[in-house]
Amino acid sequence: MTATAQRPTRSEAAAARVSPPAPRRRKKRLLGPTLRTIAIMVVVLLFVLPLGWMLMAAFKTNLDIVTPSRTFDFTPTLDNFGTVFGAQNFAPFIVNSVVVGVGATIVALVLGVPAAYGIARFRIRNATAFVLLARVIPGVSLLIPWYFLFSQVQLVGTYTALILTHIFVTMPLVVAIMAGFFEGLPEELEEAAQIDGSSRVGAFVRVVLPLALPGVATSAILAFIFSWNNFLFALVLSNQETRTLPVAISNFTSYASVDWGGLMAASVIITVPVMLVALFAQRYVVAGLTAGATKG
Amino acid sequence: MTTTSHPSYLAPKRRRGSGLTTWADRHIKWLFTAPAIVFVALLIIFPIAYTVFLSFTDSASSVTRPFKFVGFENYATWLTDFERFWPAVGRTAYFTITALVIELVLGLAIALLLRKTFRGQSIVRVFILLPLVATPVAVGMMWLLIFEPSIGFANVLMKSLGLPAQLWLSGTDTALNTIVFIDVWQWTPMVILILLAGLSTLPEEPDEAARVDGANAWQRFRHITLPLLMPTLAAAAILRSIDAMKTFDIIYATKGRTGGSNNEAETLNMLAYNESFGNSQYGSAAALLMLFLMFIIIILTALTILRSKGHRA
Repeated sequence: MTATAQRPTRSEAAAARVSPPAPRRRKKRLLGPTLRTIAIMVVVLLFVLPLGWMLMAAFKTNLDIVTPSRTFDFTPTLDNFGTVFGAQNFAPFIVNSVVVGVGATIVALVLGVPAAYGIARFRIRNATAFVLLARVIPGVSLLIPWYFLFSQVQLVGTYTALILTHIFVTMPLVVAIMAGFFEGLPEELEEAAQIDGSSRVGAFVRVVLPLALPGVATSAILAFIFSWNNFLFALVLSNQETRTLPVAISNFTSYASVDWGGLMAASVIITVPVMLVALFAQRYVVAGLTAGATKG
Repeated sequence: MTTTSHPSYLAPKRRRGSGLTTWADRHIKWLFTAPAIVFVALLIIFPIAYTVFLSFTDSASSVTRPFKFVGFENYATWLTDFERFWPAVGRTAYFTITALVIELVLGLAIALLLRKTFRGQSIVRVFILLPLVATPVAVGMMWLLIFEPSIGFANVLMKSLGLPAQLWLSGTDTALNTIVFIDVWQWTPMVILILLAGLSTLPEEPDEAARVDGANAWQRFRHITLPLLMPTLAAAAILRSIDAMKTFDIIYATKGRTGGSNNEAETLNMLAYNESFGNSQYGSAAALLMLFLMFIIIILTALTILRSKGHRA
């Protein structure tokens, strides 16, 4: 993001021809790109600096964290990560988050991708209302009956309960993204496959699914991130053994004095994986997050 | 690949395939959607119905304790509760409206700033994406340190600017506004991304025509870009207001289950959680959730009507 010298677009050139070249305008054109670059840098800093702060604190001793003069001038240490994996025993929580996230994503794909295909091809209009409904309902109003139900069948604290409830988060995403994706695929391809003797189900598996892989990847990535980040359901339905990362982190502050270094190290452990995914799958993540919003 | 537009019923009789595949093909619409529909029914429709049922009972303390029907008593108790309920309604409305307005204005400004291509555009978009995918609980913890009154960076910055130090999240008067700030930091990127997607679909001709006619940047924005972008802006507003009303993670992470010792950050969603899983008052919490859901639906309907009016204008 160094200073960008922008070539004038065709329309800017046209405007220059029409209006007399006033000196004020010329000065503004030189000043404009520089100001814009500065503004963009300020925006980036505002969004990134707090994360940088968290990252730095994770590698500081608690003494360095509380000393303002050591904000940037400190000797990095891995002690906090030692505490998180040692005294706090975080490794099982990472496993729990991965198991629940992967489980909820796979089930959502298996149920959601064919459903999205049905919705897109047979134009089931009410289905979009269901996806919206899932977004509107407060999670707590589902948690109460789920808690009653899972208590009766002794499922509170099990992976099964966590995966089942996280599907509530992952499946609407998969259906919304995939329905939009299937609508964009030409129907002629499936019809050609059927004329060549394939069944409809066969055409879906052999022709449509391979073409839809980018969409499947998008929805799988987003579904996993949303399950990984989910806090509320595991807060009620997990126990000491099945606790996921967000719940484990929220327990950090319940002690009398806060171990800031350990807390920041734990926060880094939970946010860095999703940020790396966002970094490498940026195009997919953006497409998934904005899917449906721009259709008006 | 032979291109053809024959409707499927003109397809020749299949040579292979048992009765099962024929049956599957004929019922593909329901075969594909039924599993998802059954799941939705079991894990959403039935639970919601059960919550409605519970809201008319005195279910409390344990899920196995028998409960009796109390009619509208729970609802009446909440609607006359000026200690916790109505302040929570006020805080939810204040939080949602403040966060929404700031996020839309800021999001629009930044989207316009990033609209034209520049060097390093893709890396800037990645940076903007980071707050959005960061785990909300961890984000809450991160801001808890930054806003810590005695050691946090926020007050170091205030002092270096010659401004008085603040209590931020620990202050009764400042906590809710500080949480609005955190919400703005985390969710403005969502508005930016939606608006950038919307801006990229706008036609260029009206803007160019106005430019040739001598309209300045503000006039072009006010009379061309903004009206064309209205539907996208409305969609972003609806998505954000739904999520903002239900904000839970960052409030729980920064203020705890009761929204602070004076309940200064207790919104309706927090109150519902505390009533059900803190106080084990399931019937009462269910009634509160029904009232909350009604508020959400009323606001959503109002926004949708506003949007369709905007479409016609």
